[in-house]
Amino acid sequence: MMRLPVEKKVLSENQVLADQLRESFRQNGILCLNFISAPGSGKTSLLECTLSSFDPRTRVAVLTGDIQTENDARRLARFGFPVRQITTGGICHLDAGMISRHLAEWSLGELDILLIENVGNLVCPSSYDLGEHAKVVLLSVTEGEDKPLKYPAIFFKSELCLITKTDLLPHVPFDLAKARENARRVHPEMEIIELSSTTGAGMDQWLRWLESRRQRAFPDPQAINR
Amino acid sequence: MHELSIAVSLLEMVEAEAQRHPGARFHKVGLRIGELAGVDLDALTFSWQAVTMDTDFRKLELAVEWCPRKHCCPGCGEVLVVHDYQVDCPRCWRPDTLCVSGEELDIQYLEAETS
Repeated sequence: MMRLPVEKKVLSENQVLADQLRESFRQNGILCLNFISAPGSGKTSLLECTLSSFDPRTRVAVLTGDIQTENDARRLARFGFPVRQITTGGICHLDAGMISRHLAEWSLGELDILLIENVGNLVCPSSYDLGEHAKVVLLSVTEGEDKPLKYPAIFFKSELCLITKTDLLPHVPFDLAKARENARRVHPEMEIIELSSTTGAGMDQWLRWLESRRQRAFPDPQAINR
Repeated sequence: MHELSIAVSLLEMVEAEAQRHPGARFHKVGLRIGELAGVDLDALTFSWQAVTMDTDFRKLELAVEWCPRKHCCPGCGEVLVVHDYQVDCPRCWRPDTLCVSGEELDIQYLEAETS
């Protein structure tokens, strides 16, 4: 019997592409965020609300992933910023190759922010690095507050947790304090913001986080190759 | 069900390694999978059987080393296995222990018969 050491990551091909994307985001001064949640937690609504609050000169673009349909891209394109739909045709997550292919038509030097809406799924997207600066996980108040404990991988890997649909809190038995506690049990350093894309409550705090995250990624704008 | 994509990547990597060792008859591949990797073992085994069915690797056994989530205390250096999300250091009670294991999704080795 002969044992040959291999010692490689199973998803090393994705990792190579993700590292290339990360480098290209760095060179072009683009903050890239990867939004992950269960289907129906409000990713598209959050992005609509976010895009509608941006100055039209903001250099932002969106890639939105779904198994089928161009519906989300149509919803998001109304705000005048570049948007592309990635239809995975059955695949339950986005991978770095899909991101590279869909970015090919855009000139990255003209962007400052790239928002990626992953396929609605709390499990599979957590395994695929897309070269993003941070993963953002959404948990809506119509879900169970124990979701962080049931799906620890994605809550562990996300820098920020957005608790969405807070306008519905009076109508659902969601325990906000318990949800925060559960998220912090899985990921003690995770930042948590509560918001509602319907009423706009909490949006200021989220937009401030976005701006400070961009400054943290690119503290010296002079260093960006333009 | 991203285990199917993972199985496809795994097969590609095994094929690439096997090409570097012509004539070797591989019967086992060693994997290291962490509890935070988000991989279901039954689904991976099922997917592996499906993707290898018509290949030379259909008898290749998946030998999985399951890696629990471990944290290391920056204060006293204690390494703890995290049970039920309890990440505080059991020796000095610092809450800010750092994850050092549990995210693995690696191929460790390929095993071949020598005859």
